[in-house]
Amino acid sequence: MSTTALSDVTTPTTTPTATSPTAGAHARIPVRRLVTVELRKCFDTRSGFWLLVGTGLAAVAATVLVIAFAPADQLSYGTFTLAIGKPMSVLLPLIALLSVTAEWTQRSGLTTFSLVPHRGRVILAKGIAMLTVGVVAMVLAFPLGALGNIAGTTIHGLEPVWDQTVTDLAYYALANTLLMAVGFMLGVLIRASAGAIVTYFIYAFVAPTLLTFLAMGQEWFRNAQPWVDPNYSQDALFHGGFSAEQWAQLGVTSAAWLVAPLTIGLVTLLRSEVK
Amino acid sequence: MLTVERLTKRYGSAVAVDDITFTARPGRVTGFLGPNGAGKSTTMRMMVGLTWPTAGAATVLGRRFTDLPNPGREVGVLLDASAQHAGRTGREILTLAAQTMGLPASRVQEMLAKVSLTDIEAQRRVRDYSLGMRQRLGIATALIGDPQVLILDEPANGLDPAGIRWMRDLLRSYADRGGTVLLSSHLLHEIEVIADDLVVIGHGRIVAQGTKADLLASTGTLVQTRDGATLTTALDSAGTTYTGHGVRGATGITTLRVDADPEHVGQHAARAGVALLELRPAEGAGLEEMFLELTAQTQREGAVA
Repeated sequence: MSTTALSDVTTPTTTPTATSPTAGAHARIPVRRLVTVELRKCFDTRSGFWLLVGTGLAAVAATVLVIAFAPADQLSYGTFTLAIGKPMSVLLPLIALLSVTAEWTQRSGLTTFSLVPHRGRVILAKGIAMLTVGVVAMVLAFPLGALGNIAGTTIHGLEPVWDQTVTDLAYYALANTLLMAVGFMLGVLIRASAGAIVTYFIYAFVAPTLLTFLAMGQEWFRNAQPWVDPNYSQDALFHGGFSAEQWAQLGVTSAAWLVAPLTIGLVTLLRSEVK
Repeated sequence: MLTVERLTKRYGSAVAVDDITFTARPGRVTGFLGPNGAGKSTTMRMMVGLTWPTAGAATVLGRRFTDLPNPGREVGVLLDASAQHAGRTGREILTLAAQTMGLPASRVQEMLAKVSLTDIEAQRRVRDYSLGMRQRLGIATALIGDPQVLILDEPANGLDPAGIRWMRDLLRSYADRGGTVLLSSHLLHEIEVIADDLVVIGHGRIVAQGTKADLLASTGTLVQTRDGATLTTALDSAGTTYTGHGVRGATGITTLRVDADPEHVGQHAARAGVALLELRPAEGAGLEEMFLELTAQTQREGAVA
């Protein structure tokens, strides 16, 4: 049998049947719906669910620990919100990171990106979903801190100290949001859960310690650190009261360590092959 | 209707898919057949926008896949049944698909019933699913939007014989209602049973395409007679070509391989008054021989048969 002859075989002509399973135009999928789906995807797996529950439990535990162990004269609203913010600042970025990397590491992206063949819209929806998670976390953290403050001072028989202004809380919320954005950026850039998590921990825990040592030993770095170390300026946000120079420093470090790698990550993500 | 025009994918100097053109038509099941690494999956990923083609285009219902406003409502896609978050339940995966497409939650239950996943199975996490169950879930995900076109990559993998029969009946009735089905496979028997049309690919190129009937008919008929001379004269006058397989000396039996179907040969033999000893489709009329032959030059495994 000759193979060349076969490739010339005329293609079949069939009469298409009148009734197709469906016909007609469909509306474009709105981003709002994608956000709802992406939010659901963060918490509908066992790992996602426990990460969420763990964040909540850690916040409550932090409150209880402050009441139990903090010196009575240091009990204030600010003490509580800072304590609650610690576990949140560790765990919320992981949720953001995993929301992106799971599509590649768990390969669910094959379905996600064929249902919505515009990856930019999916990533945008993920970003909005993560922002929503961050806002909800703050909305829960502030009353939790207030409850802790009232409970703690009542137990110690003191008047509660409300040392946080709305501006302070805004700084606090911005700090948490930036940390989540860093997690999200690492997810977009690395697109593999294990690698992104390791990088995140190096960024959030290893690097700051090393850079602190460097700053202690080297004067030139001590002066340069606010302009090059993203953790330095982000951490300062938790304490509020930024000067114009501090905003400039935050802007410079965020542009270099958040916006630039996020842009690179997005460009490669849009071009890459989903397998 | 699914149209692929001059689709090409190169990775550096390596060519994964080389200038492929074919059409999958409504009401037909089109089998996309080829050995592993032939480029089937790459072609299918290009059809649904997961891989950008180097050249060429694929259109579904006259539009590029990425231009469809809600692709899941028009094209059901199953590329890899195992590509799901292992920590989600089967029901949850269907719910996510339904929500993305804007379908009512009742569709989830309907689809679970359609692919015979029980409520208990649907509550289990996909990591505990067998490959067969994952394929059923994948089919359910593809069908949930009630699409007109199905693109399925190796959907029969991991199914038991009953599952394969179920899949065949499902796709048959889907096509009979006017749907377009493109399914890939390296399982020859599978495709032979399900498909109406075939596109055979080897090393990124199409090596054969056409209706299954046409492709199989071209393998011809084996006929045996003691009166070889009369038969060849009859075939010659009918303009039918044949090749002689020799005459067995003592018995005088002539064996011919005729490039026509058995009925055609039988009628000419009858008209010429030739008694036949044997009349049957040529050996290896099955797709397997054709497939191995067609892809022999391009196959990685070499001589499998």
